[in-house]
Amino acid sequence: MTHAKENGTKVVEAVDAAIDHYGSNRNELIPILNEVNRALGFLPAEALSVISQRLHEPKSSLFGVASFYNMLSTKPRGRHIVQFCESAPCHVVGGREVWEALKEEINLEPDETSADGKWTLSTTSCLGLCGVGPVIIIDTDIYGNVDPKKVREILAEYP
Amino acid sequence: MKYFRSHVLVCVDPECLSKGAHDLIDTLQDEFVSAGLIEEVQVLETSRIGGCVNGPEMVIYPEGVHYIGVTPDDVPFLVDEHFLKGRIVNKFLVSKVATVDEELGPPTSKEVRIVLRNCGQIDPENIEDYIAEDGYMGLAKVLTEMSPDEVIDTVLRSGLRGRGGAGFSTGKKWQFTRMPKNPVKYVVCNADEGDPGAFMNRRVLEGDPHAVIEGMTIAAYAIGAQQGYVYCRAEYPIAVATLNIAIKQARAMGLLGKNILGSDFDFDLEVRIGAGAFVCGEETALIASIEGRRGEPRARPPFPSIQGLWGKPTNVNNVETYANIPQIILNGAEWFAQYGTEKSKGTKTFALAGHLNHTGLVEVPLGITLREIVFDVGGGIKNNKEFKAVQIGGPMGGCVPAEFLDLPIDYESLAQAGTIMGSGGMIVMDNDTCMVDIARYFMDFTQDESCGKCTPCRVGTHRLLEILTRICDGNGVPGDIETLEYLCKEISTNSLCGLGQGAPNPVLSTLHFFLDEYKAHIFEKRCPAKVCRSLIRFEILADPCTGCTVCARNCPVNAITGERRQTHYIDMDTCIRCGICVQVCNFNAIIIE
Repeated sequence: MTHAKENGTKVVEAVDAAIDHYGSNRNELIPILNEVNRALGFLPAEALSVISQRLHEPKSSLFGVASFYNMLSTKPRGRHIVQFCESAPCHVVGGREVWEALKEEINLEPDETSADGKWTLSTTSCLGLCGVGPVIIIDTDIYGNVDPKKVREILAEYP
Repeated sequence: MKYFRSHVLVCVDPECLSKGAHDLIDTLQDEFVSAGLIEEVQVLETSRIGGCVNGPEMVIYPEGVHYIGVTPDDVPFLVDEHFLKGRIVNKFLVSKVATVDEELGPPTSKEVRIVLRNCGQIDPENIEDYIAEDGYMGLAKVLTEMSPDEVIDTVLRSGLRGRGGAGFSTGKKWQFTRMPKNPVKYVVCNADEGDPGAFMNRRVLEGDPHAVIEGMTIAAYAIGAQQGYVYCRAEYPIAVATLNIAIKQARAMGLLGKNILGSDFDFDLEVRIGAGAFVCGEETALIASIEGRRGEPRARPPFPSIQGLWGKPTNVNNVETYANIPQIILNGAEWFAQYGTEKSKGTKTFALAGHLNHTGLVEVPLGITLREIVFDVGGGIKNNKEFKAVQIGGPMGGCVPAEFLDLPIDYESLAQAGTIMGSGGMIVMDNDTCMVDIARYFMDFTQDESCGKCTPCRVGTHRLLEILTRICDGNGVPGDIETLEYLCKEISTNSLCGLGQGAPNPVLSTLHFFLDEYKAHIFEKRCPAKVCRSLIRFEILADPCTGCTVCARNCPVNAITGERRQTHYIDMDTCIRCGICVQVCNFNAIIIE
């Protein structure tokens, strides 16, 4: 099997699993997209094509939804997703310094993915963890009370 | 339904059973009969309370006292002391382990906790804990004793206003949604708490999910809905999980589903998860998102109470609003209305953040002054610095300076001060905060979160951000202030929803109260608070510098040079002004100018 074909099968499987779970219903579009995004790491154009066929919904409308929400990505993402909480409570307790250190350390600008496919850097809206700001999240791990010095140590935990 | 003044929950885990939990329950029952208390005290079996090591264990509500190691022989003494004389028996008391809750500490003297009353007190994953705290009693009262109109009347009389920020009368909203004769109606809970710094809804959903479920069920009964949705943002995975557990448990107990509590009232709930869009907190955008579309607001009217989810009459309230309902029903409208001011009744939760000694969640009666919140409840400004301003109401709110410290916190007074109640985020800032930077920060947020439907909001916020960024970078030009004012007016008057209408508020309020700072940035190329990077420089003082090299070793761009034990030097052309050197210097030798 060629590489492309293998990928294609993976996409179809992910879409089928999500639609099986939520039902073939236009109202369930966002949960379906969320699930496919989780399974594949992002929403490739092929996935939107398959969903479009299954839900009998134009691809443009699906792309409209997929590109609207921050948590859905139409671009490939890295193995580890580093999210920095850009909200004001984190900002006023030293968040900006952490953000600079983070960009410096992995050498990326927001919404970029490193060439080796290891990191994707992005910002997130408030996580409501303001009591322990500044906060960063790597994949699903939350780090509170971060300062620029800790950034390197935290990143080193990820292979 | 019978009411009891006290509930005794005895653990019947295998370990406690092996230590005689059943004997204990029997003895307790007998003793309550002979003391004449059996009509007042209810003994219940419960699952694991503590470690079960010194079992049998019990918790007595409403006090929430946790006793261990009680044997049947101790029962007469215990009943006499605790239930007749009202004294806690220290001999059996489990000393409370002081846990550090960084979000929600014990209430300060100025607080009144209605919405947060159970948070951190009960096990949110155990419906029985909630029931022991009079949980679902409000629903029982509504279903057995009250007509829908009576429920709405009670909520109206309580004076409760929407806690999502706009402050519309909850009772009136219910009335409007009740009116249409449509067999299909919906109840929606707005749990898309997106305001930076506001996390009270998350805490309620994580700590007391049943209060929200009960409030929604009561609302459904009042307006005539059979289906409800909680729209929760995806950034709150734990809240979603807790809520789903709670819904499952409520269903299993017949508190959701068909024929609730044996009545002919049916209601069920589903959690819908967002996908990261701030604007979905706006009710029409939220509805669009539940329907699986782009979360773009639409013009109102028609309001959701007439035409909401899938075109049906829909009642949309915030988490905190619903969480107030069971208590209002149970204790009466007058009880609730005793708190607050003439027009703003009850309590409001606030999330205190920023430069305060005690940050975290608080719940205070409305009408309390800003000074009381900052200095009494919040413990004053950190490091003994001076209070500069507080940003209230999230990204659509404004910054309120020190001269408003005696402002009573209610919907009307806040509007007069140029801000809004919002969902209750309060970011307190000390003198080292640059207000232009704060305005720029909020504009960065709103221009990012603008859905793009209305041009004034989409393009206007972007232009505001460009100008503010230029000012912070030291490239402000004369006329910038006038352009900012003009843009603010155009954006707020020509946008469809609250996001666009409120987006200029952080800029307008800082322009109004801190105009001097804008002027210093634009005309003197100076940042008075020493925050804006391009307008500051770092310098190492020769005297305190010991030449320890720690700054040079930590500098990410190698801008610091110097021999060991010699004064170091920062090359400002290379320096990125990250401030790490200031943080790591042990001798306070690095100053910012």
